[in-house]
Amino acid sequence: MSLNKRNFDALIVGAGGAGLNAAIQLANADLRVAVVSKVFPTRSHTVAAQGGVNAALANVLPDNWHWHMFDTVKGSDYLGDQDAIEFMCREAIPTVYELEHSGVPFSRLDNGKIYQRAFGGQSQNFGGDQAARTCAAADRTGHAILHTLYQQNLRAKTHFFDEFFAIDLVKDAEGVVCGALVLEIETGEPLLIEAKTTLLATGGCGQVFRTTSNAHINTGDGMAMALRAGVPLMDMEFFQFHPTGIAGKGMLITEGVRGEGGYLVNGRGERFMERYAPKAKDLASRDVVSRSIVTEVKEGRGAGPKGDHVLLKLDHLGESLIAKRLPGIRESSRIFAGVDPVIEPIPVFPTAHYVMGGIPTDRFGRVMAPAGTGEDALPGLYAAGECACASVHGANRLGGNSLLDILVFGRLAGKNIIEYVKENPFHRLIDPASLDAALSRLARWEQRGKGPTVHETRERLTRCMEDHAGVFRTEEIMTEGLEKMREIRAGMSDVRLMDHSKVFNTARIEALELDNLLDVGMAIAASALYRQESRGAHSRPDFPKRDDVNWMKHTLYFQEGDRLDYKPVRTKPLTVESFPPKERVY
Amino acid sequence: MKFRVYRYDPELGQKPRMQEFEVETHRGMMLRDALMAIKAQDETFAFRHSCGEGVCGSDGVNVNGINMLACVTAIADLKEPVEVRPFPGRPVIRDLVVDMTQFYEQYKAVEPWLKHREPIPEQEILQSPADRDKLDGLYECIMCGCCSTFCPSFWWNPEKFLGPQALLTAYRFLADSRDQASAERMDFLEGPYKLFRCHSIMNCVEVCPKGLNPTKAIGHIKEMMLKDSV
Repeated sequence: MSLNKRNFDALIVGAGGAGLNAAIQLANADLRVAVVSKVFPTRSHTVAAQGGVNAALANVLPDNWHWHMFDTVKGSDYLGDQDAIEFMCREAIPTVYELEHSGVPFSRLDNGKIYQRAFGGQSQNFGGDQAARTCAAADRTGHAILHTLYQQNLRAKTHFFDEFFAIDLVKDAEGVVCGALVLEIETGEPLLIEAKTTLLATGGCGQVFRTTSNAHINTGDGMAMALRAGVPLMDMEFFQFHPTGIAGKGMLITEGVRGEGGYLVNGRGERFMERYAPKAKDLASRDVVSRSIVTEVKEGRGAGPKGDHVLLKLDHLGESLIAKRLPGIRESSRIFAGVDPVIEPIPVFPTAHYVMGGIPTDRFGRVMAPAGTGEDALPGLYAAGECACASVHGANRLGGNSLLDILVFGRLAGKNIIEYVKENPFHRLIDPASLDAALSRLARWEQRGKGPTVHETRERLTRCMEDHAGVFRTEEIMTEGLEKMREIRAGMSDVRLMDHSKVFNTARIEALELDNLLDVGMAIAASALYRQESRGAHSRPDFPKRDDVNWMKHTLYFQEGDRLDYKPVRTKPLTVESFPPKERVY
Repeated sequence: MKFRVYRYDPELGQKPRMQEFEVETHRGMMLRDALMAIKAQDETFAFRHSCGEGVCGSDGVNVNGINMLACVTAIADLKEPVEVRPFPGRPVIRDLVVDMTQFYEQYKAVEPWLKHREPIPEQEILQSPADRDKLDGLYECIMCGCCSTFCPSFWWNPEKFLGPQALLTAYRFLADSRDQASAERMDFLEGPYKLFRCHSIMNCVEVCPKGLNPTKAIGHIKEMMLKDSV
């Protein structure tokens, strides 16, 4: 069989905020860039981001990037790398202005500047009064940004491969990544894209959990591709549960609701956050608020007939503010919870939302791998966005920092790729064995016969992850979870696809996604079990304290043998003094 | 609940047909949930979907004759048996999946990006809240295609008439105080087809899942052109 081939200077896998902000840099520099996306670009999950993007513009209250940096380091529970965090908080300001110049319809203040709202974990003057740092386009900021970036890429004539699914990375004989094998969904034909550089920008993996705010497409594809290529995943035990998903469904209700003055009450009508975070209350960090909600429900103070959720109250904000600043969540509440928040509170419960961990990179988006006693950049391989780990979020991400992360590091990865291609102008020769391995991943699903279906296996997996890797984690629960995940993995070779047709076979795509979910789910389960402390989103009743002596280090999970390794946190910023670990109170 | 869904697989060499499925329902179930339940029964059934909350715009379908977004449509609001078909007027690739190339080409044709001619300031380009308000009802479009594929003018002249989505987008930039290419944009829309094939049938308004009003936007463009010509 002859395989179709295309070649480009740069291949970008994923067309969300990170991929598109990288692509625009490359296309503007006249590089030949291919963006491969399994969905039409504006369907990428960046579109669902609601509240906004953080930047210390000081449009509403005094602010500067150094305060933003402090909040981010503290929010990360001191696991974030401080050089990368300083860099991100500085770059935030020009990045947001560049977006505005590109056309993003930000909400405005009376003086014509960009509107900014308060979000959780934000402070002035290193832990002082609440700051207002989140730049917003009503509660549709991700949509506004993603559409604008797509539009700018149309202007720059970026080459799009819409509805192509990435199978695996391919390498040369020395092991250097030189493109990827992809599948055209409409025809079912594989295509080899050869590239001097490859950027993974495939987003998150929230679909490993049964209840999630993440879209059906968020199956950790790029992370799993990296694992299979021998690259470790970093800090995968840190998975953020957003405090306010619509109860029982998981759709997101933005933290911006609380930023605008909404608050949580339990079944008795008490504002319980006062007990858990006396100062920041409802605007404490997400890990803190999620644990508080789960605790209220566990201790019998939940709301509703089953007492299984709490209530988010915002009717006191008034209809006009809600219509102006929070129109999208009003719509979602009506459709999915059957309540109009102008009149009654929204039933909410934590929902799996965001993976802090991912493919380890430096602050230029270069993928880093252990080498000798330190680490080295893998030539030609980049990662940015939720699939990557720079690491700016550490053990817990602040609201408004994820749009920022994807935009800053997407942009910088793009700029760094331009330099790399200048210095490495030639394509490398793909090793046939590497291509065969990628093709065999496709061929595996051609096996006929009877076996468990993809659908039921995916349900088993997501149920297991929800039961064993949730908000509170004990040794016993997690050991059982890892065992079950190993059983599912052992049974994977029996799973069968019933539909082997070629044209727009979504069942085949879901089978390939199942492979990815399993690989990423194993990384989470294995990494979580061995971290014997509570830090950020990783909360262990059996080890309730943070342990900076033994555990202030990053986890690295390698797929081969489910091996774990660790590396130090980079506590030295670029230009300012380091923020030493302190007790984290809000 | 009974669902009749449109089936077509080009590899089978058979004509399209309607297939009936019985789906177990639950309170608060959305049409997308029902389509996923059908896929769990028969994995050969193909449709696009992703976010499940009405922002990605993937799962537009035609239900009992009307275009809608499956993930924000409660099945309790639908009449049984529920007939689910692909968007009308578009080439069917498989089952509910249609070829949207033409729709995207129309979008690109209006050059949907901000054109600011003056030097870029160091900070944001200022915009008053009143000017920003003019973008409400325009920028929220999710490009699902419910409107354009339900527009008779688009069915009759898909090559020449831009359709409601692209025209809404054109007006989104005409209405933006930061955009400085109005003359060029209006020149492009001149002529009997691109814009003026809209006969205000208002199917687009009826089906838009985001409650937007392309007909009104088209009216505004016509007004701008009229003002421009006198």
